[in-house]
Amino acid sequence: MVSFYGTEITSRLLLGTALYPSPQVLADAVKASETQIVTVSLRREGGPEGAGQSFWQLIKGLGVKVLPNTAGCHTVKEAVTTANMAREVFETNWIKLELIAQNDSLCPDVVALVEAARILSDEGFNVFPYCTEDLSVAERLLRAGCEVLMPWGAPIGTGLGLNNLYGLEAMCAHFDDVPLIIDAGIGVPSHAARAMEMGFDAVLLNTAVAKAGDPVVMAQAFAKALEAGRMGYEAEPMLPNQMAAPSTPVLGKAVF
Amino acid sequence: MRVTILGAGVAGLTAATELVARGVDVEIVERGAAPGAQSCSWYAGGMLAPECEADMAEPIVVELGREALAWWQKYVPDIVQCGSIVVSTGRDRNELKRFGARTKCHQWLKQKELAALEPDLGERFAEALFFKDEAHMDPRAALLALTQHLCEQGVKFHYGATLDNVTSGGKIIDARGLAARDCLPQLRGVRGEMLVVKCDDVQLSRPVRLAHPRFPVYIVPRGEGLYMIGATQIESERGGGVSAKSMVDLINAAYAVHPAFGEAEIVETGAQLRPAFPDNLPRVNWVNDRLHINGLFRHGYLLSPACARMAADILCRSNQPAEFMDEDHNQWATA
Repeated sequence: MVSFYGTEITSRLLLGTALYPSPQVLADAVKASETQIVTVSLRREGGPEGAGQSFWQLIKGLGVKVLPNTAGCHTVKEAVTTANMAREVFETNWIKLELIAQNDSLCPDVVALVEAARILSDEGFNVFPYCTEDLSVAERLLRAGCEVLMPWGAPIGTGLGLNNLYGLEAMCAHFDDVPLIIDAGIGVPSHAARAMEMGFDAVLLNTAVAKAGDPVVMAQAFAKALEAGRMGYEAEPMLPNQMAAPSTPVLGKAVF
Repeated sequence: MRVTILGAGVAGLTAATELVARGVDVEIVERGAAPGAQSCSWYAGGMLAPECEADMAEPIVVELGREALAWWQKYVPDIVQCGSIVVSTGRDRNELKRFGARTKCHQWLKQKELAALEPDLGERFAEALFFKDEAHMDPRAALLALTQHLCEQGVKFHYGATLDNVTSGGKIIDARGLAARDCLPQLRGVRGEMLVVKCDDVQLSRPVRLAHPRFPVYIVPRGEGLYMIGATQIESERGGGVSAKSMVDLINAAYAVHPAFGEAEIVETGAQLRPAFPDNLPRVNWVNDRLHINGLFRHGYLLSPACARMAADILCRSNQPAEFMDEDHNQWATA
């Protein structure tokens, strides 16, 4: 069981809602994976008059908790406006804060991120910041009021997995009492399992499921990988050794 | 038998054509003053590319889409069947590989082979997918050709009208697209935006798709240096013209296919809402006392012949079920 801003969840998989062949496939994938939180973009699908209403109604109909996001925002002002709109549409204080610095890599603008996180936290939002594995930025996000951190595994949509194992391990060690979610860059279930074994609390992904040949089966595969990875973490894995150690004693056996 | 069809977009006109061919007395009621921009089919690409659609669509779209070419050839002149091409930039080569893995009936072209087909692409792309059996047409010319054919067959068109203006007493086919959501609450609008550009410096003979992780775009030649560039697919029901961001995305993608598109003259921009059900598949079915043809999503020209056939079968034979009818409309609510 993991808790984000006081809400306890049992599934460690958070799913994005974009890029699926159809909303029905998305619904089937959500159901099959038993995920309890989905994230939805307001900016791209929205527009000033809330023109995404039909799609948002479908998302609400999924019966899971909605974590609206500010994907596509490049400035603090845009992100704050989008967050306020999200609060109205989805009646939630949760917001996944995405502030994009650079359009090609879609890497987070960590300076603007901290500023927006402070503003939104002060306005009563529960901020889920999409950040890098930089510890000093993470510290500042916590000071700005964040109670969850969402470092990237790799740039959004690349499917490259966990790019900086050292940095991500350092994050786990440094923030062992803060819920940590790997957000973005996951490509295959083993990436997600690895994140769990390292001690991350959850994984958020979208493209890896939505663009799979069979998104529903892939969603289930991720759910199982996350469960396996988490169990592996809780069971206290052995530590690697330099020397081979036989699992069966060799003493007394005939050796040729 | 007498049938009144609501809507003179691609769904309504194909259904009318199919019914007239079977000897049915048809009249058409269209809210617009003439065939045109009120229908989302006015802004379509006009590709008859069932194999390419396998990239994202369900197998039934491919299967039923294979009927489309022969049907259109019966009624519309100037359909070009010289295949379609899919390319990607070097960086997105995996997108092209994915596209190839998801689709059938194609061949991989090396640079030389591509250059033989499309010289302007041969110098820019090391490889491409070629779907040789696919075709394309000008969708507006196709709508006008159907309209003219129907007029010649004595079909009466009531433009600027609704059902209230017409007292027919016959059976009703409702092909109003998104406007039919008063009867079909599960319909949603998916915004699509397109451009038409004039570019004499690029010569393309067939539709070219750019496989891209963010903006999959296609370019359809319309002849005389005109190219249609489309289309965005946004889960939004915003009306109004093309957005600046979409325009940039579309032009950037075209520019990636050939830099000369950067110098193109923008002749037209357009945006419309495609009607779609939650599974993005069409429906041909009775709701109350109307036979609805709807939810053709981004497959208006590809699937309307099959939908028209099903609608005609339902009306002319003894209510034979359509291939789309078994879908459970309430499935979403319980998902």
